[in-house]
Formats: sequence, structure tokens, C-alpha cells
Amino acid sequence: MCGIAGIVDASTDLSRPISEIMLKTMADKIKHRGPDESGFFCSEQVGLAHRRLSIIDISNGQQPMHSISGDISIVFNGEIFNYIELRNILIKKGHRFITQSDTEVIIHLYQEYGIDFVQHLNGQFAIGLWDNKIKRFLLVRDRVGICPLYYSFEKQRLIFASEIKALKPALVDGLKLDKEALDQIFTFWTPVSPNTIFKGVFEVSPGQIIVLEKGRLNQFTYWDWDLSNENLSQNSEEQLAAELHELLIDATKIRLRADVPVGAYLSGGLDSSVLVALIHHYGGVPLRTFSLNFEQAEFDEKTYQTSLINHLQTEHSRLKIKTEDIAKNFVQTIYHTESPILRTAPVPMGLLSSLVQKNDYKVVLTGEGADEVLGGYDIFKESKVRHFWSVNKESNFRPLLLKKLYPYLTLPDSGKATYLKRFFGESLDQPDNICFSHFPRWTTTAKAKHFYSADLNAELSGRSMESMMESLPSKLNKMHRFNRAQYIEAKSLMAGYLLTSQGDRMLAKNSVEGRFPFLDHRVIEFANKIPPKYKMKGLNEKYLLKKSMARYLPKEIIRRPKQPYRAPDMKAMSGSYLIDELRYHLSKKELENNGLFDSDKVSFLLKKADSSRPLSVSESQALVGILSTQIIIEQFIRNK
Amino acid sequence: MNDVITSNEQLLREFILENYLFTDDQSKLNNTDSFLDTGILDSMGILELIYFLEEELSTKTESAEMLPANLDSINNLLAFIERKAA
Repeated sequence: MCGIAGIVDASTDLSRPISEIMLKTMADKIKHRGPDESGFFCSEQVGLAHRRLSIIDISNGQQPMHSISGDISIVFNGEIFNYIELRNILIKKGHRFITQSDTEVIIHLYQEYGIDFVQHLNGQFAIGLWDNKIKRFLLVRDRVGICPLYYSFEKQRLIFASEIKALKPALVDGLKLDKEALDQIFTFWTPVSPNTIFKGVFEVSPGQIIVLEKGRLNQFTYWDWDLSNENLSQNSEEQLAAELHELLIDATKIRLRADVPVGAYLSGGLDSSVLVALIHHYGGVPLRTFSLNFEQAEFDEKTYQTSLINHLQTEHSRLKIKTEDIAKNFVQTIYHTESPILRTAPVPMGLLSSLVQKNDYKVVLTGEGADEVLGGYDIFKESKVRHFWSVNKESNFRPLLLKKLYPYLTLPDSGKATYLKRFFGESLDQPDNICFSHFPRWTTTAKAKHFYSADLNAELSGRSMESMMESLPSKLNKMHRFNRAQYIEAKSLMAGYLLTSQGDRMLAKNSVEGRFPFLDHRVIEFANKIPPKYKMKGLNEKYLLKKSMARYLPKEIIRRPKQPYRAPDMKAMSGSYLIDELRYHLSKKELENNGLFDSDKVSFLLKKADSSRPLSVSESQALVGILSTQIIIEQFIRNK
Repeated sequence: MNDVITSNEQLLREFILENYLFTDDQSKLNNTDSFLDTGILDSMGILELIYFLEEELSTKTESAEMLPANLDSINNLLAFIERKAA
């Protein structure tokens, strides 16, 4: 993982030259992404900056890199895992290479294929590319949103960077909160792409290219998840399992390519266990694994981790998270997420990458993406149960299937239909709505809006749901309902939260690069073809993955109930755990200064948190959301 | 008897206002407001309410009594408590 930044001037006004000092200031803000080296390029129209984390061709891969003719200049964050194969193809076509780096491969690929070069890349990338011959600048982001890339376009100047904090020095008016985006976060956990929490600052959406040419900024999509019915395979379960097996082996193997040692995260769940097993059997490298453990038993997965460690004999390091660690590390976590969050789960992930760094590892493989790609989440399961129930909304037995998902659920003998319908039957009368699967989550999250101030309520358009619906393509109407849920999950929560606030940012803050074999686009494109009945057979999640990988794993890992990764929220944000530094941000004065939240209601929420009564999920999300928003304002808006 | 009912009403109103509406503004809750229709209580909230009835108001709720007719507003709750005490 590296950091990139830059400025491209599309005007003819030469009275405001791009300053190398500004480029350096921008790059310094993201030094954590690339502590090993820095490099700059500055011309009349283009300024490029790079912070490098050296992983491939350590002695020759410096950036910005230029073509031999000097016409093309590039800054690149990420990895091209098929760079060796691409290099060989290009050499056969007559290209001559000076380095062994993947960056140089991108330049030659662009020379060969033009803007279509991106179709050939297998990897995770954020690229800024200047073609001086035709005066065209490209911003390119990987297919699913692993590497971050943000930009702002004001007064004919395109300013871009891997993180928003690096944009800030170059923005004439600094950063301002986008209240509509805040309202989207308080509904979907993430702004609707390409919005960010800051007004006028956008992400390059996953799978998109931004083109600046002749003073005009255009964007187009080069890749999207194709989960259409026409795409579904007719192959047998056995054939599909065998194909998935082969693809995952290759996706894992090419992600072990590096000139530094590569480790892996091991949660004890199915996905990371599959990866660690594949590295063990096919990687040809020593197994080095890292895991989180929790003081609170309900979050801990040590038993399963130990089972796999013993099975595969990995060299393993653990980090035990105490409840007080959450609050103590919350402020600096928010500095890196650059976005309000509703759960504390990113905090332990940031601490885990520090363990990796302390052990002198720069790269880890993780199982992220398997649930979205291969159908693992409870939200998919819940949607299936709710759909089964929606066939007869008044049925007393149909909703009993919810017990499979929520074993603790108390189901009174009478009044059952009324209560269950209210608590779990959100939008039960709209089973064909494209967002049917996600309405319960969004409704629960949106309860946090109860704490908005009157002023904020008056300012908001109340169009969050419409914004999400408008962002979804019409092709969703023609998809199987399971695939619709997958599409929405991949494009919203995965790209906007799991891969950013909980993913890249928590890795990059400690100069660690994450690699995600389940998000290899070949794996995704294959998985898109798997009929939903094989992804989740009945209510057995990731069925085909289990079938294809069972031979490598202990039975208890294959058969274990899915445990979503969670960290302590309620306990960590109450009583003596909620330290003064955080209480300050929730004080009446600070809340009224920012004017977003009702200070009286927040004080009652805090009172409840401090009492012995537990907060509900939505109340806990509200508390974390309010606190993180207050910190964002302090760190990025008030703190000039 | 009147005093007891008033006291129960105050306790219930305070419990709902402070814990689910996060305010002490009495005008935010009418005794006829439906907890379900207004989204005041979720699945955990309803169990907390039952716990509150048992611990604070000595009113035990049987499974068969978990009905909106008994639990869905301040007035319904007061009537339920009164019936159980009779």
C-alpha cells in the first residue's frame, strides 16, 4: 500500500503554478501509507506526489515513474498481481522494460491499449496517469474499491489523493461537512458513492475512471458486478465447486508475490481458515498468521483459531483486546477513517495491523469479501426468511424460522404476529422491492436520527433513501432477489465501510498492505455465475465454498456457526470506559458548538449508557455515530 | 387507589420518556401513543419494559399476556397493571 497525491491544472491560467512545496505538504499527510520513500514530479500543468511502501522491486520501483519518451507519467498505489504475465506478453509485443516493477507494466500497458489498459489488470489499484501528448489525465480505481482515491475539482483544478487529509492543504476553502452525506451514513453506514462526508470531495467510485481532458471532467464505468440471471451457470454443483477450488488457489498464490514476507490474518472463521489452508498447501512460503482475541468472551474466537493453528502448524501471534482499548484508541482511529462510523469494530483492526508491523511484516492476506462474493452474510439469510414469511404475512409458523438466525429470540405464544411483524417484518409487504433485503438494517440504523438537532432536521432534504435507490442500476429489477442483496451489499457496506474504514485505513495507518484473494475479479466473475441455490443452500451460507474447501479444514471449522466480526460497542462506550477525552466531545457545549445533535437527548442517551441497562443496537450505533462525527469536525474542519 | 395509579403512570412515563425518547419533555408522550406505531420500542425494548414491570411495579407478565392490548401504550399498561392487581 502506498500513498499518492497530485494536482492537475486544466486552465490556461499560468499565474498559479503548481508548487512542489504543496505537493510535499500533501504527501507528508499520508506518510503512514508509504514511509520508505517519497517522490515528486512537477510541470506547468501536472504535479504528482508519491509515498512508497516498498514491496516489489525495492531498488527500482520509485515513483512518479515516466515512460522512456517522457510522455507518460504515473503515480500508483496498490499491486498488479498478474504483472509478470502482462510483462511477458508486452515483451513479446516489442516493449522494453527497465525495471522489474508492476508500475512500469502499467505504463507499457497504457501505451499498448490506451484507456482499455485497465481491463487487463488483476489487482488492487488507485492510479493517476498523465498523457502529455494528448494532455489527458486519468484517475483509475480498482474494480471493488480496495485502494482509496479521492478528488476535488474546483476552479479548473483537479486535486486528488489516497486520503482526504492529503487533499486538505490544496483546497482553497478547506473542508466542510456535507450534511446530506452525514444523513446517508446514519442510514447506510456509508455515504452513497461518490459522496464523502466532506462537501465537494468525492471518491472515484470502484470500477470507474475519471478523465480530465480539454478542461472537462468525465467519468465512466469499466467494470461492475454482473449478477444478472442471464449470466447464471448451468454447470453442476460438482463442476462449480471444482472450478472455484482452482480459482481460489491461483488467486491466493498470485497474492503471495512480493519481495518481502507475506502473512495472513486468521480470525478462526471459514474465510480466513480457507486462505491459511491454501497458503499452507500451495503457497510455498512459511505460514505466518496474526489474530485478534477479546477479553469479552462473546467476541472471542480463540477456540477456532487454535484448532486451525494446531492443524496447520502456523507461526502465530495474537493480540488480546481489552474493553478499555476501544475508547483509548478511538480518536486516532477516526483520524484515519476520515468518516463517521457507527460501530467500534475498526479500532481493533487498527491495533492488529500494529502487531503485524511490530513483527516486521508489510503484507497480509485476509478473507475479506468472501461473504459478499459467495453469500455468507446473515442479511442474505434474514432476507430469505422474510421472503418465506411474506408469502403469508399472518402466518404464525413462517416467522418461526427466524429462530434459526436469532436463537435467543423470545417468541410469545400470543401477540406473536403483531410483534414479530413490527420488529422483523420491515417492508414485508414489498417483497419485490429491490432493497427488500436491506430495509430492516437501514431502518434500525436510521433510528439514530432521533438525536439530530432541530436545525439539522430543518436543513436536511430527507432524500437519503431516494439517493440510494437512484444510485442503483435498473438491472437490479431483473436479478434474482439473493443476487440483488449481494449487489447492494458489495456496492454499499463492503466498498464504503468494510474495505475503507475497517479495511485499508486500519491497515495503512501502520504501513501494512492487505490483499484479498476472494476479491480477485476472476473469483467474483465466476461467483456471479453461481446460482443462488448453491451459494446458500437452504440457510447454509457459503455452501459451495464449504464444499470446495472441506478437504483442507477441520470439521469444526466447516460446521461452526457463522460469527460476524464484532468488537465491544456498548460496554466500551459507557461508564468508566468512556474516558474524559471522549466525553468532552459529547458535552453540551461541544454538541451545541457544532449544532448537529440535540444535546439534551444525547445527555439522556449517555445517562442510559452509564446505567446498568444495556443500549439497544440502534442506540449504541447512535452513540458511536455522534461521537465520531464530533471528532471528525474537530480534526478536519475546526482544526485548520 | 388513585395515588397508586398516578404513581405508576409517572414511573411508566418517566421510563419511556427517558429511555426511549431521550427527553424529560412530558409533551412528547401521550398516554394513548402506540409504542409500535411510533417505533418507540424495538424487540429488546419490549423485553426491557416487561422486566421493568416486574422489577419496579411488581407486575409479572406471562407469555400469553405479551399482547399489544396489554403493553402498547401507557394507558394499556396502566389497565393491565390494574387488572393484574385485582
